[in-house]
Amino acid sequence: MRVHAKRAVALAAGLLLPVTVMAEWTMNMTPGVTSTSNQIYTLHMTILWICVAIGVVVFGVMFWSIFAHRKSRGYKPANFHENTVVEVLWTIVPLAILVAMAIPATATLVEMYDTTESDVDIKITGYQWRWQYEYIDDDFSFFSNMSTPREQIRNRQAKGEHYLLEVDNPVVIPVGKKVRFLLTANDVIHSWWVPEFGVKKDAIPGFINETWTRVDVPGTYRGQCTELCGKDHGYMPVVVKAVPEEEYNVWVAEQREAAETERQLTEKDWTLDELMERGERAYATACAGCHQADGTGLPPTFPALKGSQMALEDMAGHIEIVVNGSPGTSMQAFGNQLSEVDLAAVITYERNAWGNNTGEMVTPKEIFDYKNQQ
Amino acid sequence: MSAVIDTHAQDHHHGPAKGISRWLFTTNHKDIGSMYLMFSFAMFLLGGSMAMVIRAELFQPGLQIVEPEFFNQMTTMHGLIMVFGAVMPAFVGLANWMLPLMIGAPDMALPRMNNWSFWLLPCAFLILVSTLFMQGGAPNFGWTFYAPLSTTYGPPSTTFFIFAVHIMGVSSIMGAINVIATVLNMRAPGMTLMKMPLFVWTWLITAFLLIAVMPVLAGVVTMMLMDIHFGTSFFDASGGGDPVLFQHVFWFFGHPEVYIMILPAFGAISHIVSAFSRKPLFGYASMVYAVGAIAIMSFLVWAHHMFTVGMPLAGQLFFMYATLLIAVPTGVKVFNWVTTMFRGSLSFEAPMLFAVAFIILFTIGGFSGLMLAIAPADFQYHDTYFVVAHFHYVLVPGAIFGIFASAYFWLPKWTGYMYDETLAKTHFWLSFVGMNLAFFPMHFLGLAGMPRRIPDYALQFTNFNMISSVGAFMFAATQLLFLFIVVKCVRGGEKAPAKPWDGAEGLEWTVPSPAPYHTFSTPPEVK
Repeated sequence: MRVHAKRAVALAAGLLLPVTVMAEWTMNMTPGVTSTSNQIYTLHMTILWICVAIGVVVFGVMFWSIFAHRKSRGYKPANFHENTVVEVLWTIVPLAILVAMAIPATATLVEMYDTTESDVDIKITGYQWRWQYEYIDDDFSFFSNMSTPREQIRNRQAKGEHYLLEVDNPVVIPVGKKVRFLLTANDVIHSWWVPEFGVKKDAIPGFINETWTRVDVPGTYRGQCTELCGKDHGYMPVVVKAVPEEEYNVWVAEQREAAETERQLTEKDWTLDELMERGERAYATACAGCHQADGTGLPPTFPALKGSQMALEDMAGHIEIVVNGSPGTSMQAFGNQLSEVDLAAVITYERNAWGNNTGEMVTPKEIFDYKNQQ
Repeated sequence: MSAVIDTHAQDHHHGPAKGISRWLFTTNHKDIGSMYLMFSFAMFLLGGSMAMVIRAELFQPGLQIVEPEFFNQMTTMHGLIMVFGAVMPAFVGLANWMLPLMIGAPDMALPRMNNWSFWLLPCAFLILVSTLFMQGGAPNFGWTFYAPLSTTYGPPSTTFFIFAVHIMGVSSIMGAINVIATVLNMRAPGMTLMKMPLFVWTWLITAFLLIAVMPVLAGVVTMMLMDIHFGTSFFDASGGGDPVLFQHVFWFFGHPEVYIMILPAFGAISHIVSAFSRKPLFGYASMVYAVGAIAIMSFLVWAHHMFTVGMPLAGQLFFMYATLLIAVPTGVKVFNWVTTMFRGSLSFEAPMLFAVAFIILFTIGGFSGLMLAIAPADFQYHDTYFVVAHFHYVLVPGAIFGIFASAYFWLPKWTGYMYDETLAKTHFWLSFVGMNLAFFPMHFLGLAGMPRRIPDYALQFTNFNMISSVGAFMFAATQLLFLFIVVKCVRGGEKAPAKPWDGAEGLEWTVPSPAPYHTFSTPPEVK
């Protein structure tokens, strides 16, 4: 048994090692797992080889001259400096090559733009610095935050295999179905990219962009935000899990149920400790990026909450700024990003953590009423 | 009356004024040219040291040296300083020095404006660089400053950035007006347009591009200013504006801008390749037409920077086709250079080394540009390191090597001494190796999926980033050698004859080296 196990380990290592080594030296685009990404890959390789061929000819002539037509070899210069036939020829030939290249590119583009007849619609909203996925037909939504611990980024902990490319809640899609993505953003422009799908589209505040994919191979696919969106632009990965349809349906049912439970939590009677505990978690994902885990912020852009007048005294102002944000600044409106429970928990936490011991508490019901008054 | 004319005539025989006032009040095209070149080199070192911060942070995954906030300030300032502070002023400096000498004019047409357009630049960059020390830090939204990241979400220093850009724009426009006035009015008798040296042609066309697009840049930053301070909503959807409008306006400036940074180099390279091939330039007329075609087409391709913003299909197709078309005249230029070399009598002094490297590496940058033009493939390339590799390949061995080639080519004319050829060749080879080591692996990184403008990256990108950083350090350190070579050449060395390169052609080689403070007081005759 032991020998077998050892062999199995050795074999696995032997199989895996080249893969990991290869991955670190990846030099080319991935063919990906969708028909779009495959077509893009083919276009990419075609144009690459055309460039290489032109390069070989042009640089070939040049290197021949560099080698053979040297003054140091006593080569006497010719004196020709014009030839209309040649000029016309090297205008027409590249033009023909480009036309030949434009035809398949156009066909692919037309297909990429066909977002009709989708089976699943998912609305993706970019926030500084996380993604929200909303399953429009199924009435639930969630946020997807990077889950790589700060300790790994600060080099205090060994970096994991999917360093910076892992999230708490991946977006789940069924394989073999046409999934349409509707993209928008809440603050600045973001861009949603999964290389293996050949899908990249900007998420623009105030506008909705469309794109689609159909993945045939189940698996986990990783990408990143590709439009500079501020401080943590490098820390908002995209993770997509493509699963078989049955599994997808089970997952959707679970999500719907969880969303329902969450809505009921608003009705519950909360204690200060419960809210503090929940608030600490919500604060870590939603607020700590700017205001820092210890509440000291990064002034002047991100003010400190620890000892701030608003967190200590002005409760109405505190609720308002968290729910509605502060226009013209980086402070977002969290009213639609967080549930009533989380809003109440975060505000309660901010009023009681880091020595802000006000002892005051805001309940989910109060938040619910506040939002309804507006 | 005659006495006045006499003293005036005598003044012309005086050399330059002494002390600081020579530089502050000078209207001499050679002094102003030198100041432009020195300023540009200082900015090159400053922008370069910011690139070193970027490459040092990216040497390894994780955050080691700077915070993401500061990293973004570095990428932004690096881009702005290199584009507006290093490359553009260097070409204006070359134009100031060489255009009057090449067309047989005594000076630029508008010498006082010339002085002003230079002295605006240090002011603009003082403002820009001072933002680094302001509360909230320097601009951190990339040199493309996309709204609303640069408006609603920008740091307080954005306003200073806007005014700096305005001042740079004023300076560029005045410089361009001066070039056009000089070239159109002050050519020596007999020098028809189609007899002008190519550097003059490319600069004339560049000047028209500048006048066309710098006001667009001024417009877009003014719209930002209004959005930030005066309650307009040009780029704010919640007030009825459109963030994508920003990108259209910006790139309508931005794409001609990339040709502004390369066309003068095309001109200079044409002279150098012909001189060191000891053979006339192949296809002079087609070169002129190609530059004209590139300039006109540069106004029709801007949205290829925006293939992922969700333009309608027809828009995507138009900009893809137009962008592919622009490769044709660019190809013509490369073919002409290679044919000029073909069956020449080649020698490889420093200017020629930089020129040959220019042709090869700029062509590689052109190839990746062609790939980026394929709209469907651009969905994979867009905003990755592939793009970073592409534009550094056209800007470093394109614009910067073009400037180095020109500097070595004309240094004997400027200083009266030959530069140290061995050191110059060392400068070339170290720059060549360093530059390729720094930027070639970026192609691989981009294709493998690394987005641009990130301070930290996933582990599979580690190796190529390390190589790239090593190359970048090497390239940067080498540029101090260039400073040493130039200082050495200014201080002395082997005396340069009026025409130090046996294959060189043109009026600038008919005046002694160093070129006297006043040249062509009476215009030469061109046959």
